[in-house]
Amino acid sequence: MSYINKPKFQHPELEENEIGLTRRDYEGTLTTLCGGCGHDSISAAIIQAAAEMSLEPHRVAKISGIGCSSKIPSYFLSKSHGFNSVHGRMPSVATGANLANKELHYVGISGDGDSASIGLGQFCHIVRRRVNMLYIVANNGTYGLTKGQLSATADLGSKTKSGEESLYDNIDMATLAIELGASFVARSFSGDKQQLIPLLQAGLTHKGFAFIDVVSPCVTFNNTDFSTHGYKNTWENYIALSQVDFVPMRREITTSYDAGKEKEITLHDGSVIHLHKTGTNYDPYDKENALHHINEHKKKGEIATGLLYINQSTSDLHELQDTVDKPFNRLNNHDLCPGNEVLRDINETFR
Amino acid sequence: MPELVHSTKVKTIPKVNDFVVKFGNVNGSGSASANNMFAKAVFRMGIPVSPHNIFPSNIQGLPTWYEVRISEDSYLGRREGVDLMVAMNEQTIKEDIDAVIPGGFVLFDSSKSLNKELIRDDVTYLPIPLKDICLKEFDKIAQRQLFKNIVYVGALAAFLNIDFKVLTGLVSDQFRGKEKLILPNIHALELGHQYASENFECPLPLQLKATNKNEGKILIDGNTAVGLGCVYGGATVASWYPLTPSTSVVDAFSKYCNRLRIDPGSGKRKYSIVQAEDELAAIGIAIGAGWNGARAFTASSGPGISLMQEFLGLAYFSEVPVVLFNIQRVGPSTGMPTRTQQGDLLSCAYASHGDTKQILLFPSTAKECFELSADAFDISDRLQTPVIVMSDLELGMNEQVCDQLVWDDKRLYDKGKVLTAKELEEIEKFGRYQDIDNDGIPYRTLPGTHPNKGSYFTRGSSHDANAAYTEDGNVYAEVMDRIALKFETALNYIPQPEISGIDKNRLGMIYLGTTTSAIQEVLDSLAKKGISLDTLRIKSFPFHENIKEFIDGHDLVYVIEQNRDAQLKSLLKIELNTNEDQVHSILSYNGMLITAQHIEREILKSMPTLEATKDVPA
Repeated sequence: MSYINKPKFQHPELEENEIGLTRRDYEGTLTTLCGGCGHDSISAAIIQAAAEMSLEPHRVAKISGIGCSSKIPSYFLSKSHGFNSVHGRMPSVATGANLANKELHYVGISGDGDSASIGLGQFCHIVRRRVNMLYIVANNGTYGLTKGQLSATADLGSKTKSGEESLYDNIDMATLAIELGASFVARSFSGDKQQLIPLLQAGLTHKGFAFIDVVSPCVTFNNTDFSTHGYKNTWENYIALSQVDFVPMRREITTSYDAGKEKEITLHDGSVIHLHKTGTNYDPYDKENALHHINEHKKKGEIATGLLYINQSTSDLHELQDTVDKPFNRLNNHDLCPGNEVLRDINETFR
Repeated sequence: MPELVHSTKVKTIPKVNDFVVKFGNVNGSGSASANNMFAKAVFRMGIPVSPHNIFPSNIQGLPTWYEVRISEDSYLGRREGVDLMVAMNEQTIKEDIDAVIPGGFVLFDSSKSLNKELIRDDVTYLPIPLKDICLKEFDKIAQRQLFKNIVYVGALAAFLNIDFKVLTGLVSDQFRGKEKLILPNIHALELGHQYASENFECPLPLQLKATNKNEGKILIDGNTAVGLGCVYGGATVASWYPLTPSTSVVDAFSKYCNRLRIDPGSGKRKYSIVQAEDELAAIGIAIGAGWNGARAFTASSGPGISLMQEFLGLAYFSEVPVVLFNIQRVGPSTGMPTRTQQGDLLSCAYASHGDTKQILLFPSTAKECFELSADAFDISDRLQTPVIVMSDLELGMNEQVCDQLVWDDKRLYDKGKVLTAKELEEIEKFGRYQDIDNDGIPYRTLPGTHPNKGSYFTRGSSHDANAAYTEDGNVYAEVMDRIALKFETALNYIPQPEISGIDKNRLGMIYLGTTTSAIQEVLDSLAKKGISLDTLRIKSFPFHENIKEFIDGHDLVYVIEQNRDAQLKSLLKIELNTNEDQVHSILSYNGMLITAQHIEREILKSMPTLEATKDVPA
């Protein structure tokens, strides 16, 4: 029951991060999702990612649509404001929230029904507008809350628990995001914390629109052997184009890496993403290459994961619109109202 | 056709500063700016004037009209019948000539002869070879077309006695920065003036005489005033989807922000305008911004408002401020997109599914568009709920004479109950939907305010006083009751109706919005027949109790509105339980602004004991 608060008790030796908070400070309410739901692993990954980064919880705003996925914001960062909005319309609410205060971190959580069907239009347009946020799709290929209908991300030929087969081509949210101009696009698996956490951290740090498509199996309705979004298929056909490490800006790099065998991506605030090579020489800066790789793996029935694409040279919505540094929600009368003398001059233009 | 000129058979009644000039044009032919110049010239001569643009949903080639009512008595509504028709459109010339009242005038392009069946013996024709004049005087094809319009304005100056200096002044103002265009325009005006003066007895019995009635007045359209009101009211986020007749609201906001909202130090913008992918996104963006403490609005009309319904329910139930401008047009569906109606009263009053209610504001003049737009942001922030400003196409897209705009520099924005970090420190436990003040208005916090206190989860699903999800029916009902209480409190913040002479007379009238433009004319005309009525103009919804008192205090109250289904009358019945026998509907829903003549006829019809007198046009 999500309205039941978790007990406040915590282990006395729980490790504190750089701002004196423990992991518990990043948790949310108890989950009401099914036991084993991939979405709970996403919550856990976000909690760990934010705690490790020493993110101030109250400087994060969590926004979601409707569906199982959109419940996720309840289960992490209870010290953050959350907004569970309307089905498929999280992108517009997130855009408005971001316009009102450019200083916060915005995390949008959506699902495949929410973003690939009812909200596909809004998804496309928030990508185009380059809102500075992390947009996560918890992708299970099914409609959980309405008990197991196929979603638009279900692969052609994939079957529901009741045996209904998907007759139509699927929508690949990651390639769509790349094509529409997202400047950070990754794919991961809720079952692979090691990959997901650094991607979340990099996405939260990235300036611009960061998108992560997280395959997140629905244990109740879409975890069969015939489903391409179940645990079995995902584990078996999961290809990491790169292994990812994230080093936050404030932290001294203590881990030793083999400099010759990795790519280093320095984000705008000085944080670093390390990409460990996995065979192919994958170049995440190359848009065409990213699309090619994703599609090639898809043809083989494989799911390409990792940091698929990054471009740090694009402007975000506020930069495109050249807005003032001070957040809109802190502008007052003095900043906004031109006053009566100006109005007198305006009156003259209507005589 | 000399036989048509100076027709001595036609009996004309001299009229000074009290007549209607109508222009029948083809859209896309450049007539709009010429016709506007005519209306503005009348305004600058100090004579009250109200132009009405009757245009098609089209860019080029279809009929368009511009109807200018001139009234020294300041009757600024539409009047039936045309005194002078400028018939420039061959597609509509028959109906345009038919619309002229006996004794009236028809100005037409006599470069081509007039079809015999168009000749009436009770009107005076004013043939001017506009095309021939322009062919002779101008070389460029575009100029030959465009200047036909300017030439007839020049001719009207001679016919109606417009001060020529006023026109040349207007041309100079209009083309400031494009000086090359000033001389040819003035030349075109002179050509028309000269032709009329040389070939006709000028001025006609219809005449303009300068007055000082427009002192302290401006000529402005409602949507421009709304855009300005949003700038003055502190809006920083505008999200919208293009839709006639609401588009010019955001155009105006953009224009004035570009001038007034640029930070002088950095050159950066203190506003954002997002042209959304549809109206759902438009209101979603505004709600997201409102939730996060910025003043935000969207502007739309019927079809867009329909799309926004779900979001309006979210904002109502999760208590997020947002301002919506509904520039009403004729529905249902696409309806008549370029005609006016008050057809969204019911669908906006209870917008969205479930038990909802929305705050509505009803401006009736451009000045009120400015004032109520700015007020809407205060009201919405104070009550933490959507506010819908209900304008219409007539008010939004037509210029009208109104008092100049004024802003009180001492006025501060009322941001409502938003807790600061310091205030959060002082309270023991924050509960987003707790009714601390017993007025139904809870306290809210903005994201990022305090590290440990004040965070909450906003949701459209049922929640308790602490914003936690609940499926407990009693808790849900408590929240709904508290929101209902908030709407009672709302009556203290939304504008009171404007009432004249309660209980003075047996009869009353209730109306709102653009219907107001006809009322004084109705009252004056009926007074001459010995009938007097009290009036009540509604300015907001939910309704104040004194509306009920007004109705109860009269034998009969006419509820006058511009829709088929008597939506205002229904709302009064639902909200105030009005007595069916005490109210009588007067309706108009042909897409044109309701006229005083129509209202008067309907009132007289309802009073069989009073004989309708002849000066009311049938």
